[in-house]
Amino acid sequence: MTTQVQSAQSGVGKVGIFGAMIRRDMTAAFRHSSDLVNPLIFFVVVVTLFPLAVTPESAFLREIAPGVLWVSALLATLLSLDMLFQSDFQDGTLEQMLLSPQPLYSAILAKVATHWLLSGLPLTLLSPLLAMMLFLPAEGIKTLMLTLLIGTPVLSFIGAIGSALTVGLRKTGLLLSLLVLPLYIPVLIFASGAVQAATAGLPIAGHLALLGAILALTVVLAPLAIVTALRISLSG
Amino acid sequence: MSETLLQGIGLCCERDHRVLFESLDIDVRAGEVLQVEGANGSGKTTLLRVLTGLSEATEGEVRWCGEPIRRVREDYHRHMQYLGHAAGIKQALTAQENLCWHAALSGLEYGKEIDEVLAKVGLRGYEDVPCYTLSAGQQRRVNLARLYLLPAKLWILDEPFTAIDKSGVQAIETLLAHQAQQGGAVILTTHQELHNVPGLRKLELK
Repeated sequence: MTTQVQSAQSGVGKVGIFGAMIRRDMTAAFRHSSDLVNPLIFFVVVVTLFPLAVTPESAFLREIAPGVLWVSALLATLLSLDMLFQSDFQDGTLEQMLLSPQPLYSAILAKVATHWLLSGLPLTLLSPLLAMMLFLPAEGIKTLMLTLLIGTPVLSFIGAIGSALTVGLRKTGLLLSLLVLPLYIPVLIFASGAVQAATAGLPIAGHLALLGAILALTVVLAPLAIVTALRISLSG
Repeated sequence: MSETLLQGIGLCCERDHRVLFESLDIDVRAGEVLQVEGANGSGKTTLLRVLTGLSEATEGEVRWCGEPIRRVREDYHRHMQYLGHAAGIKQALTAQENLCWHAALSGLEYGKEIDEVLAKVGLRGYEDVPCYTLSAGQQRRVNLARLYLLPAKLWILDEPFTAIDKSGVQAIETLLAHQAQQGGAVILTTHQELHNVPGLRKLELK
């Protein structure tokens, strides 16, 4: 017993909980890779079906491209929220996180960061290809990527609040969407507005500044809300 | 008398308008093993969750070394290991990876010690296969390996013997005895009779 304690103490601080969480979630996610590609496939399918259903005319597609791309990205993120806390709740590792002496704030930050790396980031990287299919001009594509880069982390953070609030419930599907979608709307408006402005040759600094402000606010405040929501959800 | 580690004062718990237990006083001292007994649905798991701080009691207070656990949460959780109803491990990860993660949760880092501990719980040769390929009892053993690996004054164990074979049960009993002799304490629920465990006390929930 004593030898255990000694060798253990020498290791304190070498591995942060942040790194350990990211490594664990990444490993688990890549071994279940179907969960990873589902939101991406959804994103691609929705955007590709649009020209088929509406019209292949380039002028019209260019007009609706910012909205279509952003709405699809938002819904794809919504679909991926299940992977945030649900499986951790079911296998009991979530309660272990709450019982850890390590700061839960870092663990939560790591979980949301992993979620973004596996959903928001691939969506952002995939978006130029789909934007070209919808005849979005180069200036618009650049702005689209930029808004996705700033906007999708916000979607992950806000989604995590909803996911944490509903994690103990049997059926979460509709409730989660109802909780989260209204909070997604400001991001959607400013982000697609920025892309539209960029295609029209208008300045986009204002839109981006607002998106940046929303991101800064969520990074600081959302983890606190998530921590509280998890404690409430697990106390039942 | 040895020092009191965990204390529950006037605990009362209500679930769905049903009182599970009320004005329950618990006092766990170093060197003690407290076995919580009771019929199915009598609130054993609820009581353990209240004692860990996961759930709040409807009334009453839980204290760690004399302080309410809400105020000393970090210090309390540093000295407590909880084995819940659920497996507590990720199916997609190997036993090694799971224990690494559990160690990180306690702020520790281990290397080859993890393999030694896995050998102790009878999982030599299963260190690097994903846990979903293991049997229920083996998965339980991965979770139990935490007790060997992570030092804690207080163990709170919810049905630790589930799916464990005879020799495993014996090993756990030895482990409990060892923990009590080292000045630690254990609170556990089980329907099994415990043998050769010093400092054993029983608490019956009605």
